[in-house]
Amino acid sequence: MSLSIGTTSTGMGPGRMIRSFGEEVEGRPFDWRIILRLLTFLRPHWPRMVVAFLLMLLASGLSLVVPYLIKIAIDQHIAQGDAPALGRVALLMACAFLGLYAVTAGQQYLLSWVGQRLLATLRAQLFHHLQVLPLGYHDTHIVGVTLSRVISDVAVINELLSEGLVTLVGDLLILVGIIVTMLSMSPRLALLSFSVLPLMALATILFARRAQVAFRHTRAGIAAIVGDLAEDISGMRVIQAFAREDISHEHFDEVNRANREAHVMAMSLSFVFLPTVEFLGMLATAVVLWFGGRAVAQGELTLGVVVAFLAYVSRFFQPIRELSQLYTTMQAAMAGGERVLALLDSEPEVADAPDAFEMPPVVGRIELRDVSFSYRGETRVLHQVNLTVEPGQTVALVGPTGAGKTSIANLIARFYDVTAGGVLIDGIDVRQVGQRSLRRQMGLVPQDPFLFSGAIADNIRFGCPDALDSAVEEAARLANAHEFIAALPDGYGTEILEGGVNLSVGQRQLICIARAVLADPRILILDEATSSVDTVTEMLIQQALQRLLTGRTAIVIAHRLSTVRHADLICVVDGGRIVERGRHEELLARGGTYRELYERQFVDTAS
Amino acid sequence: MSPDTQTTRIKPPPDAGRILWRCYRYLRPYWRRVTVAWTALLCINLLNVAIPQLVRYVVDRGIRDQDSRFLGWSVLSLLGLTLVKGGLSFLQNRWVETSSQSVAYDLRNAIHQKLASLSFSYHDRTETGHLLSRAVQDVERIRFLTGRASMRMLEGAALLLGTAAALLWMNAHLALLALAAIPLMVHRAMAFSSRYRPLSSEIQQQLAVLTTRLEQNLRGARVVKAFAQEEAEVERFDRENARWFDLSALASRLQAVNAPLLTLMTNAGMVFIIWYGGSLVIRGQLTLGELVAFSTYLGQLAEPVHRMGRIIPILAMAAAAGERIFEILDAKSDVEEAADVTLLPTIQGHVRFEGVSFAYFGRHRVLEDVSFEALPGQIIALLGATGSGKSSIINLIPRFYDPTEGRITLDGRDIREVTLNSLRDQIGIVLQETTLFASTVRENIAFGRPEASEADVVAAAHAAQAHDFIARMPQGYDTPVGERGVTLSGGQKQRIAIARALLKDPRILILDDATSSVDTETEQLIQQALERLMCGRTSFVIAQRLSTVRVADLILLLDRGRVAARGTHEELLRTSGLYVEIYHHQLRRQDTLMGEGWGDRR
Repeated sequence: MSLSIGTTSTGMGPGRMIRSFGEEVEGRPFDWRIILRLLTFLRPHWPRMVVAFLLMLLASGLSLVVPYLIKIAIDQHIAQGDAPALGRVALLMACAFLGLYAVTAGQQYLLSWVGQRLLATLRAQLFHHLQVLPLGYHDTHIVGVTLSRVISDVAVINELLSEGLVTLVGDLLILVGIIVTMLSMSPRLALLSFSVLPLMALATILFARRAQVAFRHTRAGIAAIVGDLAEDISGMRVIQAFAREDISHEHFDEVNRANREAHVMAMSLSFVFLPTVEFLGMLATAVVLWFGGRAVAQGELTLGVVVAFLAYVSRFFQPIRELSQLYTTMQAAMAGGERVLALLDSEPEVADAPDAFEMPPVVGRIELRDVSFSYRGETRVLHQVNLTVEPGQTVALVGPTGAGKTSIANLIARFYDVTAGGVLIDGIDVRQVGQRSLRRQMGLVPQDPFLFSGAIADNIRFGCPDALDSAVEEAARLANAHEFIAALPDGYGTEILEGGVNLSVGQRQLICIARAVLADPRILILDEATSSVDTVTEMLIQQALQRLLTGRTAIVIAHRLSTVRHADLICVVDGGRIVERGRHEELLARGGTYRELYERQFVDTAS
Repeated sequence: MSPDTQTTRIKPPPDAGRILWRCYRYLRPYWRRVTVAWTALLCINLLNVAIPQLVRYVVDRGIRDQDSRFLGWSVLSLLGLTLVKGGLSFLQNRWVETSSQSVAYDLRNAIHQKLASLSFSYHDRTETGHLLSRAVQDVERIRFLTGRASMRMLEGAALLLGTAAALLWMNAHLALLALAAIPLMVHRAMAFSSRYRPLSSEIQQQLAVLTTRLEQNLRGARVVKAFAQEEAEVERFDRENARWFDLSALASRLQAVNAPLLTLMTNAGMVFIIWYGGSLVIRGQLTLGELVAFSTYLGQLAEPVHRMGRIIPILAMAAAAGERIFEILDAKSDVEEAADVTLLPTIQGHVRFEGVSFAYFGRHRVLEDVSFEALPGQIIALLGATGSGKSSIINLIPRFYDPTEGRITLDGRDIREVTLNSLRDQIGIVLQETTLFASTVRENIAFGRPEASEADVVAAAHAAQAHDFIARMPQGYDTPVGERGVTLSGGQKQRIAIARALLKDPRILILDDATSSVDTETEQLIQQALERLMCGRTSFVIAQRLSTVRVADLILLLDRGRVAARGTHEELLRTSGLYVEIYHHQLRRQDTLMGEGWGDRR
């Protein structure tokens, strides 16, 4: 998310906000399949879960033993003045309590261990999956929202699976036990008190429907807060530059308020539901008192049975109450689970073929055969492009914005798959080989010099984490980056702050070049990285790039014609087609689009 | 906040009590509701005690004595009481929830507001992931603390005190012996919480590390893929994830071992009562009835104590969370408005730097005694190598940072004497790295002036040469722009940023004329837009091209934070060797590449 700006002016309320998340907030039937699938995550831990469950049973057993021991102590030993026997019973009690302690501690530890393990596993799986997803995913998903999936949604699932499940089974067992006992004592009175159950079912259904929707809203509310805040924090410089703190705050306030309302709404449902359950429980008690009382009067039942019934009825509704609380957890887990599973299930559009093989060492011949391409099935951006690049050649792609230059480069690196035609490297279709084995032999100098938080050395080492310090320094020297790095107080150990704000754009570009130098790729993709720095740095960059390009096949997305004059081949891309190709002089002589572009630039600089 | 917040701080947390108290103070605006809720809670507890007594009475009188009229009435009144209790519990829960949710709401708003007020140097040093985890998870913890957790605590404490009083009243001697374990319990609880709190703090920090790892990975997805580093990234994530797990498992163990310990201690009291009290009965010093009552009450102690046991880690976690939140809220901005600031009236645009020095993070000295003057309407070109201090100069004018020494005046007034808003309102900035927000094109252009009319927006877009491509997009000005403006090219983003600055119609303009990463055609368009933008405003330009340098009224050639030379293009060509060098190496090279013959713009 989100419409950090100006939502007030266009009147986008929280409703629009939530929809723009792609969340479906309309009530849908309780989907057990999600819960069941989530349960499969517990499978590796079933021995621990079984042990935890047994410990729980043991704990209930032990807590029943103690009152019995007290009864014996009072009725038999104290009443009869048998002090040594009293001592023995006290000792037994002490043992029972110690046992209870050990069992409870063990059960708690096991459950929360499994929970944390599960959480870690789910997060790792999501992270892993996110690595497999193609770039297209990142085009359409907001970072903050994905973050909230991996961090918050996963935590809710954990709550259900670890704590909830054991409670569920335990409560159900107690419930069955009580029902059986009641039926065996007095079928008639039992059935009468069960007459409350349909009402209970009705209340539960009514509650469940509303709770489903309400809890989805709460999850969406939190996600909106994360998204909005993430965007505001990363855009804080612009917000401050435009003195927009107040309006961005107003918008955050709106998201924040919506989240609060959603939570209060959802919780209020429970606050109505729980007293309702309790009232129905009391209704059952009333039924027992009334009918039981009359039965006692008519001599059909003994007083003891009625008293026992009262005790059972009150215990009967305890597990039901807990189950309904569990239901709330389940709702939240289901909403979270649905989104997490959806993320895990999202098919990578660019997937390795089942029979994909390792890309053999690349020589560097690139061929595009009749390549057509459209992003996510929208309008075509490339039409039947043919292009052959010989090993070691530098090919420059020039042309207006949106002509398809970046798409061509993206297809060669297989960030996307072609819609028709094929991209071949050394005669092998890129779809036949493992993506990573292909990209390991490619290098990229991105348009936006992205650096990761961490030491400069680690950023240079990004493509080959095992590189020695000496190799890192060598690469930095080749990239003309060594001098400024060495001048920093912490040298190569200097921490790059988020977004690389402590370095200038030019310095970041030099580091990106060093990164590519160290990776020593056979094929290099250079995305217009040469044009946004001061004159002196630009010279350093140009020099570094020349060194980097030597001996590699390079695709350069170029905007300054000055930087492409030495290319072996220049392709002028326009409207998704290569409209002209040749060397600089040839193209100039031809007097076509290239010449036009060239002259325009000349005029611009000269005017 | 220190720059190394991401590494675990082993500093001992200040006393938790003070932090918790500060958390509770956020309930103050809602004290009426809270008071009513707490009163309701006490009523509910009274009803909880009364209703089973009533049932017993009904059994005794109504059923055993077979008074069916009484039975009927009492059954009805039971139902009525339950109804009252239900109503009370709804109100109590709802008010507690509303007030604790409001605390969370207030805290998040406060965090957001604080973040917006902190200067660039704060944001330079903090990572989004860390801030997010504080504003989301940590605030949730405080919400829980001020809501249900406190409610349960209060309930437990009331039950505890009531039972203890009853015990003391019945037999003070025995009661004191039975309750002897309580100080020990308190001691254990304190010891546990002092061990647990730093651990919980560390877990939260580690979660923030995870969040940051993931965030960086998502933002750098293209680089990760291009260098085929997915596996290494997974490995790194797994390592941090494993560390998180180890810490959490340790916390689980601590909790599992310690929380039931409290119950064990109350139970020990029970054993003692049965054994010692029993022998008292045998010796005739206590009646059997008293012993039974005693053990019943003691049994009642178990539940609240057990509950307290579960609350303690929550308190510990909340204290750690509060500490992290208040760390943000207490952060001091390097750039603060003085107490006596005034509104900056509409300015002419006369800017003076007087002996300005600046050190980044107080450590890297980047500007050294810089003085110059820009008259209204002049174009000042800043030239120099990377790291020579150009960006610092332009960052000081809107007070994104404050100079370490010297002062900057605007129309003769020190910029520290006016409000930040009134200062920044009159400055327009177009930087290389264009941040657009996930919103529509229109809203991005109207960013600085949300009340701007449609016509104004379109006019600004026209002037910025952006209208044509915007109009060609399927939804025109309503086209949503992705989070990082992914659907737009660099040149398009830049033109939107220019339109955004144009619409603001600032007196002072700051821009980077590097038409970064755009093709020549677009570059020409941007160049035209920029010229239009500069016209009639005091402009500070980080110059990349000759055309800019030639029109500049003053060129400042910077070298390692100092002004190495100043003057117009012609003057510098005569006086500065360094300038001539740059001119020949870089500026002229562009032109010679393009052929000969170019006209003078002036």
